Amino acid sequence: MGIQVRRSSLRVVGSAAGALALAVLASLPIGCSGSREAAPEKTVIQNTGSDTMVNLAQAWAEEYANVAPGVSVEVSGGGSGTGIAALENGTVDIANSSRTVEPQEAEIARKNTGKEPKEYMVGYDALAVYVNKANPIEEITLAQLADIYAEGGNVTKWSEMGVTMPAGADEIIRISRQSNSGTYAYFREAVLGKGHDLKLGSLDMHGSKDVVELVSKTPGAIGYSGMGYATPEVRMLRVARKAGDTAWAPTVENTLSQTYPIARPLLMYTLGEPAGEVKAYLDWVHSPAGQAIVRATGYVPLPPGGAEK
Amino acid sequence: MQTRPRWEILSEAAIEAVIRLCGISAILFVFGIFFFVFREGAGFLFAGFDPKEFFFSPEWYPTGQSRVRYGVLALIAGTVSVTALAMALAVPFGIGAAVFVSEFCGPRWKEGLKITIELLAAIPSVVWGFIGLTVMNPLIMQIFGVPIGLNVLNGGIILALMSVPIIVSIGEDALKAVPDSYREAALALGVTRWQMVYRVLIPAAKNGLLAAVLLGVGRAVGETMAVLMATGHTVWIPSSVMDSVRTLTATVASELGEAPVNSEHYQVLFIIGILLFTITFIVNLTADLVVRGVRRR
Repeated sequence: MGIQVRRSSLRVVGSAAGALALAVLASLPIGCSGSREAAPEKTVIQNTGSDTMVNLAQAWAEEYANVAPGVSVEVSGGGSGTGIAALENGTVDIANSSRTVEPQEAEIARKNTGKEPKEYMVGYDALAVYVNKANPIEEITLAQLADIYAEGGNVTKWSEMGVTMPAGADEIIRISRQSNSGTYAYFREAVLGKGHDLKLGSLDMHGSKDVVELVSKTPGAIGYSGMGYATPEVRMLRVARKAGDTAWAPTVENTLSQTYPIARPLLMYTLGEPAGEVKAYLDWVHSPAGQAIVRATGYVPLPPGGAEK
Repeated sequence: MQTRPRWEILSEAAIEAVIRLCGISAILFVFGIFFFVFREGAGFLFAGFDPKEFFFSPEWYPTGQSRVRYGVLALIAGTVSVTALAMALAVPFGIGAAVFVSEFCGPRWKEGLKITIELLAAIPSVVWGFIGLTVMNPLIMQIFGVPIGLNVLNGGIILALMSVPIIVSIGEDALKAVPDSYREAALALGVTRWQMVYRVLIPAAKNGLLAAVLLGVGRAVGETMAVLMATGHTVWIPSSVMDSVRTLTATVASELGEAPVNSEHYQVLFIIGILLFTITFIVNLTADLVVRGVRRR
């Protein structure tokens, strides 16, 4: 019926007015069905933060719309810091973060809102080291990563690591993240330990996906990003704790057994004890259904019984 | 004689006030913006800020674990190198196009060209960045055999394309402002059209053309999204156009979102904002003074 009306109205009025009418008509059926089916008030859960987790959070939100039609989870990215900043100001219900909240950040949250950030582990992410398809390297040690990335590290060519690259791609193109992302902070600490910094001169991408995409286009590149961002155009390296150790691939099994050396928990934070719909959502995220989505989006679900931290 | 009704007198006064407010509002906004940017950065600017490190250290470690370092030399070098290259490309093209549009082409061509050039100015900067990332990057890698194509050259070409429309439209205005008597006198002396342009019009319009170039510079310095995507975003003092760099604007854009509000890092990003504001202010002021020089003559 809507289509018929739209057609006739388009014929009568000019194109600009027609477009307007079209927009109004298009919005009408949605408005009607919404008010008919759902409860009069739809609860909205604001969920912001980690760029690493944004795909996962989105998948959860979409699935949860089927589980609890009265609740709508609104997901946005921006980075762990963005999520935590929003938590400090009390403008989100749940903040996603791929790093833990720093004590001074918790302090600010307490001061602003009078509530304590409460941490929930919702899954794990193996931080994968990506290289281009043209690169024959199979595995790498943490020490080698430090030689490439650390301030004072002196490896700048693939040949120095005994890797023979196609012509013109011998120079290592370091791809990193902007220095206040959660992924950057975790990579720095996991590879270099505390108190050290990464070498300047890396290409600092703004998102997890951008890192993988640039690696796929750059033969000499190396980069790090969440395992969920793997594509067929890049290769993930096996990583060993030190030379001589077995190198492990970033898989679900190796992350759960803690043999893969650079894996981290994925966290969600609420302000104070969650209640009502927020608590129901977090419980669902921890349920087998929610954890199945963790695996489906390429991350590592919590081990059975590991929901409580 | 009929006097005007009271409401008409009042409404006229009201409209006058509104128009005056519109005029003044621009000044208010500029000062307001400067005030707020300054206020956000002021806390650190007057306590703990080390201008020597800020301007002369290439080490930008806003979240450093060993030591936090706020040196923007490399970022300034990035901005300057990309802008300089962009101008080296855009000025000849822009002035050339302005001369062609204003002096050499017929009226129909002129309209078409002007519209197309203005269309170039209407392309959003993120689209330019996208072109830099997906088209120019592989092209530069292929042509020059460099390991990565996100560098000064890439950013410079993109910025040049973005500045050309400004240079053309302002440059064309400057040439148009040269009185026709100059042209007539020159042609009457038997010079060719090229000699007329080269010896008469360009010297006569040089202030306006310089202003066009400076406004192009202002555009290039302030551009953010396109350079963020096209230059590689690398803290590095470039030694060739094939090096990746990072600009002041891109740094603010990429780091402000995740810097905790009112932290030192946040305030330093606002100090970079003050620096950028100062640079563009000086460039625009110079352009303005130069144009005023034209009028006085």
